[in-house]
Amino acid sequence: MDLRLTPEMEAFREEVRAFLAAHRDRYAPGAGADRPREAAMEWQALLIDNGYAARTIPKAYGGYGAEPDILKSRIIAEEFTAAGAPRGFANQGISMLAPTLLEVGSEEQKTRWIAPTLRGEVVWCQGYSEPGAGSDLANLQTKAVEDGDDFLISGQKIWTSTAAQADMIFCLVRTEPQAPKHDGISYILFPMSTPGIEVRPLKTMTGSAEFNEVFFTDVRVPQSAVVGGRGRGWFVANATLKHERGMLGDPNATEARFAALIDLMKSETVDGQRLIDNPVMADRLMALQARVMTMKFNGLRTITASLTGESPGLAGMVVKLQGCELNHQIAALAIDALGELGVLYEDGPHLRAKGNWQRNYMFDLGLIIGGGTAQIQKNIISERGLGMPREPKLAVA
Amino acid sequence: MDFSLTDDQRMMQESLSRTLAEASSLDRVRAFAGDPADRGADIWAALVDFGLPGIVIPEEYGGLGLTLLDAALMAEALGRAVAPVPFLGAVLAPLALRLAGSSEQQARWLPKLASGEVTAAVAISEAVAGARDGAGVTASGGKLTGKALFVPGGLGADLLIVADTGGAMYLVDGRASGLGREIMTGIDLTRRMAELTFDGVAAEPLTGGQGVLARLRDAGWVLLAADTLGACDVMIEKAVAYAKERKQFGRVIGSFQAVKHLCAEMAAELEPCRSLVWYAGYAFDAAPEESALTAAHAKAHLSEVSRFIARTSTEVHGGMGITDLLGLHFWFKRVGLSRQLLGGPERVRALAAQMQGLTA
Repeated sequence: MDLRLTPEMEAFREEVRAFLAAHRDRYAPGAGADRPREAAMEWQALLIDNGYAARTIPKAYGGYGAEPDILKSRIIAEEFTAAGAPRGFANQGISMLAPTLLEVGSEEQKTRWIAPTLRGEVVWCQGYSEPGAGSDLANLQTKAVEDGDDFLISGQKIWTSTAAQADMIFCLVRTEPQAPKHDGISYILFPMSTPGIEVRPLKTMTGSAEFNEVFFTDVRVPQSAVVGGRGRGWFVANATLKHERGMLGDPNATEARFAALIDLMKSETVDGQRLIDNPVMADRLMALQARVMTMKFNGLRTITASLTGESPGLAGMVVKLQGCELNHQIAALAIDALGELGVLYEDGPHLRAKGNWQRNYMFDLGLIIGGGTAQIQKNIISERGLGMPREPKLAVA
Repeated sequence: MDFSLTDDQRMMQESLSRTLAEASSLDRVRAFAGDPADRGADIWAALVDFGLPGIVIPEEYGGLGLTLLDAALMAEALGRAVAPVPFLGAVLAPLALRLAGSSEQQARWLPKLASGEVTAAVAISEAVAGARDGAGVTASGGKLTGKALFVPGGLGADLLIVADTGGAMYLVDGRASGLGREIMTGIDLTRRMAELTFDGVAAEPLTGGQGVLARLRDAGWVLLAADTLGACDVMIEKAVAYAKERKQFGRVIGSFQAVKHLCAEMAAELEPCRSLVWYAGYAFDAAPEESALTAAHAKAHLSEVSRFIARTSTEVHGGMGITDLLGLHFWFKRVGLSRQLLGGPERVRALAAQMQGLTA
């Protein structure tokens, strides 16, 4: 255990600080799932030029081209959080598609798609889940039938965030209906403007349509748009899911949310008493702080494991399960601290934080389910982490 | 940056576990638990050979001169083995002497503590966790009067470190007249405690005062959390092993998701705790400004996680889980005592809020 940074790393931290101080007037947040505006795209370009976004993606594909350095990445994350500076884009194209193309894409695919994706010019959506293929993703039925050099794709996807704004989709389709279910899937890229695609917004309990349903009817896509080889889609997708799970348990985001909860409980009062001075509320707050701290140190431990090339093992496997639940619990305490104020939801003089605690409390349930449900995570932890047997397969009739 | 244990630390922990497997097998622990007169002298002798009593004592006094993190790793191994050993006093008493003792007091006691020739216990429960049943010690004219409860290792200790109701610290020779000791037998028969009575007992003040008490408390919290971590590891290992072997409905019960998800939940709760305990131990020496808060959270959080694991592991074992024969209850009770010693989770969390200035 030695948490001191080397002089080289301290110098790097100073560099990041100086950059952030010098460019304060250019801060422009990305739009989350939405198509970024011009100022945000300029900020993103500046971040890439300086190595604060797309840091390890090769220059040839529009990135900064640095060697992977998990410590530097952490310093960047810490300093951006401390300065309140918007990070580089973190949409599905950048977090999931770009790493996948780097791993298994053809040269032509990498050259064509990665750079404009990084710059925010091409927005992607992910076509994985189907009504009958959730946790059992390999059961997906959207079919791609050969027609000359093309496929004709028909079927339905669900839980497709950003489908309405996206230019492109990375999609799992069944190309080999006779093959065993894991071997008949291909990972394929096509424009959302292709004829035969219909997007229907899927409104959730938050009141917004964070997701969509996408319907395909004889959508014509060239076979050359398959990534990683025909019939290899299951394995390509698993590489991508790994990136998604890493994204969902980020301890920096949890720490920021917890800091906001402390501020809330110090400033809100009931009968003139601060919430923090209510012993029951303070007790709940401290119980969550212990968990936030635990996940932060667990993150440092997994970083060290990556640095030394060891597998983080269980410490890595539990992050999605524990991290998503913790975020949800932080929002839950904020709502309880706000009491009746915590169930207001329309704009008005009494609404706090634009209703974000309430929205997060509801939206987080989706994150606990998405990217592998809590129950699937527990299967992974018990089977791969603890070496327990799989559920026996049903006899095939 | 390196958030991991060194090879030396890992080897030393494994080495202690091997020593304990010999000297403090479950059969030996059972015998100890069954006999209130058993002081575990043979177990202690093996640990003296190992060098355990001198772990945080500087080398100039014959100790190993290691850090609280190293001591916590030893505590983890002791918790794994549910070892009947007065380890809390063996670490906290030398710390008290180093932080607040005169050079004469250090020279008098530290070499004997390091060699295991004398053992020590620390009576700070009232000052840290609050007084029960009218306990509390007051000092007047160099004499202590009153009583101190819940002193682990207090029955046989040659040296006592005592906090008075104002938080001032004193050294008491175990042979001093007016000192009475009564056994306090609890659920955890691996660590019997003492009720100490003081009837005008001669005591030497330690000069440090409140600051020292807080440091001892923090170190105690880390050691108890580490002991609990080790005990929890074993409870999970035992549950997983049992679930892979026990068959019902024609298959091992570990293949039922209802059972294996319980195991996954235990692992998911415990695994991140390892990092918290390491950090709290590290911070005690390397980042003192973070020590109190991280120690508090380690103590309180491990207490909560261990309650869940103790209960869940027992359930995974089905009816066998509650039998004396299986012995899982030794670990169940071990974490039950550690939860309450030096303050239960609610009290510790209230202190955690205070020490950050969040509450008055």
